[in-house]
Formats: sequence, C-alpha cells, structure tokens
Amino acid sequence: MTATDTTDTTLRTVTLNVNGQTLHQQVEPRTLLAYALRDAGLKGTHVGCDTSSCGCCVVLLDGDTPAKSCTMFAVQAEGHQITTVEGLGGPGNLHPLQQAFWDQHGLQCGYCTPGMLMTAKAMLEHNPDPTDQEVREFLSGNLCRCTGYNNIVKAVQQAARVMRDEAQAQALAGMVPGTDPSTGTAGGGAQ
Amino acid sequence: MFPAAFDYIRAHSAEEALAALAQHGAEARILAGGQSLIPAMRLRLARPAVLVDLGGVKDLGYLREEGGDLRVGAMTRDVTLERDANVRARYSLLTDTGAVIADPVVRCLGTVVGSLCHGDPSGDWGAAALASRAVMVARSASGERLIPIDEFLVDSFQTSLEEGELAVEVRFPTPDGRTHGSYQKIERKVGDYATAAAAVQITLGDDGRVTHAGVALTAAGPRPVRVDAAEKLLLGQLLTEDVIRAASEEARIVSDPFADTRGSVEYKKDMARVLVARGLRASAARLGTGVTA
Repeated sequence: MTATDTTDTTLRTVTLNVNGQTLHQQVEPRTLLAYALRDAGLKGTHVGCDTSSCGCCVVLLDGDTPAKSCTMFAVQAEGHQITTVEGLGGPGNLHPLQQAFWDQHGLQCGYCTPGMLMTAKAMLEHNPDPTDQEVREFLSGNLCRCTGYNNIVKAVQQAARVMRDEAQAQALAGMVPGTDPSTGTAGGGAQ
Repeated sequence: MFPAAFDYIRAHSAEEALAALAQHGAEARILAGGQSLIPAMRLRLARPAVLVDLGGVKDLGYLREEGGDLRVGAMTRDVTLERDANVRARYSLLTDTGAVIADPVVRCLGTVVGSLCHGDPSGDWGAAALASRAVMVARSASGERLIPIDEFLVDSFQTSLEEGELAVEVRFPTPDGRTHGSYQKIERKVGDYATAAAAVQITLGDDGRVTHAGVALTAAGPRPVRVDAAEKLLLGQLLTEDVIRAASEEARIVSDPFADTRGSVEYKKDMARVLVARGLRASAARLGTGVTA
C-alpha cells in the first residue's frame, strides 16, 4: 500500500470471520477487503482490474451474497461470515464447482477462476437449476480472457447437476436441509 | 488506487448516523452499498474525511408497500427488488431498470437510495425515479421531509439533501392495473455506463388514452432529464405510431449528452429518441394495447 499524501493512517484491528475461522487483522479504514484477505495469507482471492469490473476478487458474504472484495472495505466486513475460494474446497476435497471446472476445462490461466467459482456458488444458492442464459447473465460481471466462457457455462451446469443430486440424496437420508457440506459450517449464526 | 485516508464510523441506527453527520458536517459521507462511492474514492474523485457506514443499520433494509407507494429503505439492495415477486409482477419500469444496472454481483451490494444520492447523471435509477415520480424521504434531527425526485436531483453528483440530512427511503408510487413502463438502455458491455437510456411509464384510461406519462433520460445532461414536452404530448392521446414518433422526437431534442468513446452527441441524441420510442411500444404491449399505425 502506498499512501504518502495523508497522515491519518491509524491502524485498527478488525475481526473477520473467514471460512469459519476468526482472523484478527490490522487494517486502516481504507484497507480494501481483498487486500486484507491476501495479507492474511488467503491468496486465492485475486485482484484483477482493481476497479470492480472483472470479478476476480469475488467472495461470499453470509453464504449467499457475492461481493467484489476490491470494492468493499475490510471494516465493512466485520460481523459478516466471509467465504473465500479456500473455504470452498481444496486438493482431495474439491467442491463440485471446482471439480466441474477441472472436468470441463473451465479455466486456462486460472486467474479469474476463484471469482468465477464464488459467483457461481452464490447463483446456485438462489437458483439451483439455472438455464445456460441465466448462468451467462449472472456471470456477466466476471471476465475471463482465456476460455471464451463456453466451458465455464458447461462447468457450472455440471456442478449444478451434481449439487442437486447431492441435495436430493441428503434429503432422502434425512439430513437437515440447508446445511452446507462444502464448508461444513455448523450454523455459527450471522451476528 | 487506494482511497485517501478517512475515519470510519459504523452506525447501528439511523439516529447514530444522524449524530455522526451532525458531528462531522460536510466532511462526512454516508456509505451504503459503496458500489459507486468506493470506486470514486479509489480514483480520488471523492475524498470524504469521514465515512458513516449504514451497513449495520438493519432496519433500513426494507421493501414494502404502504400508503400507495413502494417504500425502499436506504440499505435495500438492488438485488432485493430484482428478486421480489411483487415488484416483478407490478413494477415493470423498476424491474427493467434493476436488471441492467452494472452487473449482477454489483447489484447484490448496490442500493437504490445510495445510487440516487450519488447523483450520477449516468446512473440508471435517476431516470426511473423521474418517470415514476418517486419521492425521497430525508430525515434530520428536526424530523422528516419529503422531496419530489425532480427537486432532489439538482446537478451532477449533487442532490438537494442538506447538511445533517440522511436519505432514509425512496417511495415509488404503486402502479395501478392500467400502468406499465419500460427501461431501455444501450451499453457497450455489461457493467459499462449507458451510452443512452430511457425510462418510460404510462397510465391508460378506460378509453385507451394516456392519463399519466413519465418520460426521462439517463446520460443525457448534467442530471437525469425529464422530457416534459413528451409527457405533455402524450397526455390524452392514444398510443399510435404517430404519437410515439412525435413524443420520442422530443427526447432527441431535449437530450444534451457529451461525446465520448461511447458515441457522438448526434448519435446519443438519436438513441434517446429510439429508446423512448421502444419504451413506449414496450409499455403499450405490457398494457395489452397493440400500437396502431
């Protein structure tokens, strides 16, 4: 961070709930959430355009609200549950979206992928069975310069199918609806 | 690309926000969704010394019909209108508008009231608010006052809110069954500002003649532009192609855009005409009256 033209750079500690864990980060009020997350070692959240245009930095607030974390101050995120791509899944434990992007070649360089995954996750929370057009519309604020998007749409549709099947299987098994197997969050309760 | 330093105050109620505004005066800005203000701060186009965050004011996040209006609280996000079944069924102008603002992720945080308070003449809610004759509700230590949207939108990035006032709500009159509208926008890509855009809302009487007309333009002047001449011309008329042609021509005349990479002045003025005509035809179709030649 370079800021030489101001003096009021008082650091304060923000308490962020990220991927079910509590982080205490030293930030200025003007520190953007994307940078606070990356400074905390969560480098999966990418900064692409840094102007709210590309969507590489999308994280989830409270499970289902996508937010461009370059256009939100870290101090605003206090009290919210934040999910980054690291909270989605990882090697050996891929989320259906991550597996689908792999299977369908929904990425090439991979820079936009975290944002694509988190935006797609948010969409599927509200619309588990989207049309291709709905997928394209909801991802229209996420830019990919490699794939031409077709494989991203295919990947989201594959993941949607898998997630619907999983939800159905869980319902049949009598599990509590609404719990999220991907993050394993046990409620926690927003605020 | 980082904003200038500022002091941050998180309000937990409208009263706390008002107290902060009273304490810091013109140095303070209200932060709602932040989807316009934060980019402006990052470009150093805005440098508030104090930000008063409404994010923690849960009771300003409402959307309800009351007193003949749709009341939208200061923390109600664009996406809330977009997903509301009643809004989608009855408020066609607002539904159209909400679907083309920025991009879907931005709309998950951006607020209607915040956009109006930002006062960007390229913002989409301004023209929609003009065409639907919205009213802002401003609260201060001395109470609340209602501000018709024409008086609220003063100039580029300037509203008639006074120091110490907080915009807590916008009210859109509830359309009756004979009212429909449309928002038409040309943009180069999702997320770009409008090259040109038009908001239209029409009420028809039992005889099929126009009893109320709202016509307004985005990105066509220093503030969202009401096309008075088109509204007057429409009143009492059947929505024929001749009437639509004449009304939309008024939009071309009054449109006063600037040339940029999105287009020349001539092009943008003509698109204002085209978009008003399309909006009128779309409104007529929604009202179940085909446009007669």
